[in-house]
Amino acid sequence: MTQQPQAVAEGKKVRPIVPFLRLGGNGEKPYLVGQKCAACGAVYIGSRVACGKCTATGPFNEIRLSGTGMLYVYTIVYQSVPGIKTPYVAGIVDLPEGVSVSCTVIDVEPDPRKLPFDMPLEMVTQKVREDKEGNDVIAFFFRPAR
Amino acid sequence: MRDVYVVGVSMIKFGRYPDTDVAALGAQAALLALKDAGMSIKDVQMLASGNLFQANATVGQRIMQQIGQTGIPVINVTNACATGSTAFREAYFAVGSGEVEVAMAVGSEQMGKAGLLGGAGESVEGILGSGLMPAIFGYAGLEHMRTYGTTMEHFAKVSVKNHKHSAKNPLSQYQNEVSLDEVLNARMVAYPNTLYMCCPTGDGAAAAILVSEAVMKKSGSKPVKIAASVLTSDPWTARDLTLPDVNTLTRNAAKIAYEKAGVGPEDLDLVECHDCFATAELLHYENLGLCKDGEAGRGLDEGWFGWGGRTPVNVSGGLLSKGHPLGATGIANIFEVTTHLRGQAGARQVENAKVGLAHVIGLGSACTINILTA
Repeated sequence: MTQQPQAVAEGKKVRPIVPFLRLGGNGEKPYLVGQKCAACGAVYIGSRVACGKCTATGPFNEIRLSGTGMLYVYTIVYQSVPGIKTPYVAGIVDLPEGVSVSCTVIDVEPDPRKLPFDMPLEMVTQKVREDKEGNDVIAFFFRPAR
Repeated sequence: MRDVYVVGVSMIKFGRYPDTDVAALGAQAALLALKDAGMSIKDVQMLASGNLFQANATVGQRIMQQIGQTGIPVINVTNACATGSTAFREAYFAVGSGEVEVAMAVGSEQMGKAGLLGGAGESVEGILGSGLMPAIFGYAGLEHMRTYGTTMEHFAKVSVKNHKHSAKNPLSQYQNEVSLDEVLNARMVAYPNTLYMCCPTGDGAAAAILVSEAVMKKSGSKPVKIAASVLTSDPWTARDLTLPDVNTLTRNAAKIAYEKAGVGPEDLDLVECHDCFATAELLHYENLGLCKDGEAGRGLDEGWFGWGGRTPVNVSGGLLSKGHPLGATGIANIFEVTTHLRGQAGARQVENAKVGLAHVIGLGSACTINILTA
């Protein structure tokens, strides 16, 4: 199920679904990046103008986030927008760097009994679609740690 | 700030009005509130209009075009689900500052069968988790479950209670009771919220007339004073940008409101709180200080928050059954509290109500708390 993105396959390119996902390559695994406030240490997903916690205007240092985390909370979505297969497990995953990320949890039954709080999870990437230019779009997911 | 009073309130029955437009819905509510106050649109010196879906379409001016183009200042307000209550607060400031003697706040919305709200767009929904409202409030409920061991039955009891309340409210979109089994066995939308634990979409409007003390004394209306009108936004908390924190800004607003009004949660005779989902209402018992942290589930088991309980919450039926036409909701809550403080709530009247609280939260996030006193 997990695919390591091919940097260039038959002229096709790959691109991450969000800018904070880095696809790695050359033997490096995909990973997420955060922005860490140099003044107070708050970590953010995505680019920042200033720090929402301490109001410092920077600098922010890009940090590499761990590919493992813990399931803080989740929900099981049974009714979604048209065209999206249900049910799916949506989760908020706490990463060791002190930031949480929203994701879909895969390779687990959509059953509360199979989704204990603080369950260890690991990140994987998959192609989710092709964009208009025919490039593979790669997204990240979390699954129970193996 | 000088004292400000509510002398007229209204809401039209929430439901679906596909054959009219939103300005006409707002205009109906405005005229009803003016009638309630014994006033004419000619007496109104300022209008604050709350609407979300047509935020760029001057709904306030279109209401005036329907009921009387007197040329007064009109402001159009949008603030997520707190849109109507933020408009109410603007009218409060217009009178409280001394700029005008009579202000009107109208909240209106025409959603139709809008379906699910929220979401980050189809392109990432279901791939990067969920941004849908039932999912967000599913998370919020799960957070309480993991902290306090709250159960799905506790959340379901919120829905049972509010549907029971709505059976006595002729202005409620739905007026049917549901049993605990029906709630638990209804179609799951986003765990733990089943269909009956999610508010409906719909159309509606509500209005309020706010005046100075001098005008109130001339009106002959039973005075209802705005003892506090508070607005907060979401402060920084650790997960807020990923998992919207609906708790901290409500707690902040409650603290300020109780201080300003000089009352505590133990003084409240009724509360209208933002039960967009059953999970949300349970959290707000604790956020508003109606019980201690971790006691909300027990409170539901023991009937603390039902009609006749120690602090009745959402005797109108709440958003879960009365409905939640977004821009109208904040003023409909004011209507409900005011109606009880005046002793005019009929079969659902909370006896001898003197102090009531209206709470609204909109994701993004905005929280309003208004405390009204008889």
